[in-house]
Amino acid sequence: MEMHFDQHISRQFNEDLESIKTEMLEMGGMVASQVADAVDALANADSELAEKVLHIEEEIDRREMALDEHATLIIAKRQPAASDLRMVMSVTRIARDLERIGDEASKIAKMAIALTDEGTSPRGYTEIRHIAIAVRKMLNDALDAYTRFDVASAMATLAEDEQVDMDYRTAVRELITYMMEDPRSISRVINVLWSLRSLERIGDHAKNICEQVVYLVEGADIRHGHQKNLKNF
Amino acid sequence: MNTMTLDATGQAEPVQPKPLEKEAVDTKTKVRETVGKPFCDSAKLRMRNVNVFYGEAQAIHDVSLDIGRNEVVAMIGPSGCGKSTFLRCLNRMNDTIEGCRVEGELALDDEPIYGPKVDVVPLRARVGMVFQKPNPFPKSIYENVAYGPKIHGIASRRAELDEIVENSLRRAGLWNEVKDRLDKPGTGLSGGQQQRLCIARAIAVSPEVILMDEPCSALDPIATARIEELIDELRENYTIAIVTHSMQQAARVSQRTAYFHLGHLVEVNDTETVFTNPQHELTEAYITGRFG
Repeated sequence: MEMHFDQHISRQFNEDLESIKTEMLEMGGMVASQVADAVDALANADSELAEKVLHIEEEIDRREMALDEHATLIIAKRQPAASDLRMVMSVTRIARDLERIGDEASKIAKMAIALTDEGTSPRGYTEIRHIAIAVRKMLNDALDAYTRFDVASAMATLAEDEQVDMDYRTAVRELITYMMEDPRSISRVINVLWSLRSLERIGDHAKNICEQVVYLVEGADIRHGHQKNLKNF
Repeated sequence: MNTMTLDATGQAEPVQPKPLEKEAVDTKTKVRETVGKPFCDSAKLRMRNVNVFYGEAQAIHDVSLDIGRNEVVAMIGPSGCGKSTFLRCLNRMNDTIEGCRVEGELALDDEPIYGPKVDVVPLRARVGMVFQKPNPFPKSIYENVAYGPKIHGIASRRAELDEIVENSLRRAGLWNEVKDRLDKPGTGLSGGQQQRLCIARAIAVSPEVILMDEPCSALDPIATARIEELIDELRENYTIAIVTHSMQQAARVSQRTAYFHLGHLVEVNDTETVFTNPQHELTEAYITGRFG
């Protein structure tokens, strides 16, 4: 079924739905650049950029609350049904994931500041860069799939999370080996490990966004491995 | 011509003959087959390939639907879609409309509703009806409820009638409000109370099926909530078909929802499915308030 959110008899309802979708996608854009900045701050030991990431965090929290409020008002005033209801539900769920991605970006920024203070880690930056490229692509693709109501693209992006998880485990094993060889580096390598962990979590949240694309378009809840709920795929 | 029909309890409902305009044929989204789950295992009412005509004009096109035991089926759709016409076929309320012709199989417990030997008076005792506007008789509250059992010979002695009246009023959730003024006119009650009185009157003759044609459209939200609560309780003992313009009401009270469009049954599905993920785009357009 095609998605049309601009054909309600009530023009205000069209605008309300369009507006929460736009708010969510704007928030997505902010979060995506926050992740990019956090990773750059870590890779370049740039504590100034890291501070900027921490600062944006407040704005993202504020936007999540505003979005929730708008969604609640739409439910109260319009009692949305079917695809409209799924739109409202998916937007609020995605907003929560975006806020958490923002939290993870802040954690990475804090590690960047710690590494600037304690001296850079001897290992792990290659892995960080590698995984960061993958999860940033996942996040952008997920938001893009939402914009275009594109289930096929969402499913393809969702599948990429498996590779991210695998790369993460490989990186952790390597870094553990390194710490055993050189115990003096442990505190610095652990900062990198935490950042890797945050990136891996961002991949999970991007996957959640993809699941909401499927929910919005197909009405199927495929969270927690229930992909069989999506028929004909 | 203003014809009158009598339902189970003999209550009168003026029937305006439907206008005989030709329907616009919707070519873009022509409905061929009902999607979803029109049938069920324990059907109380079974309708197959029902066509209804008002003279030349066809009001219902090839509708097949089951209404199960202890089930509430909501019928929704825009004005003129045929949902009320279809509902009124189920206890032959359309019989007295001149030029109205019903074709197809309609069965109550596998017995044909339109069989040659069927007497509509006992049929309407088994299939009761509640209308959009509360229409109590201009008689006492007691007489309103006792009338049906009396004319159907269900009870004649005062003690039996007393019991039926009290039971029916209790089940309709009205007893506590009227027990001290049973001899007062039913027309003196508030709109919501009158509607519950009509429901009490309908269930006084122990029907098996209750048809409701927009029973809450003239009521305030509190009276509506009471009726909806009542529908939920009545479901334990009865089969209920309800026509409503309130989508939220359909979502709240029914187990399955049927969407009618230009005389076609477009979709029947579990109510949860219809309101979260309808299968047909016409259903989606209607329940979300889009241009159809």
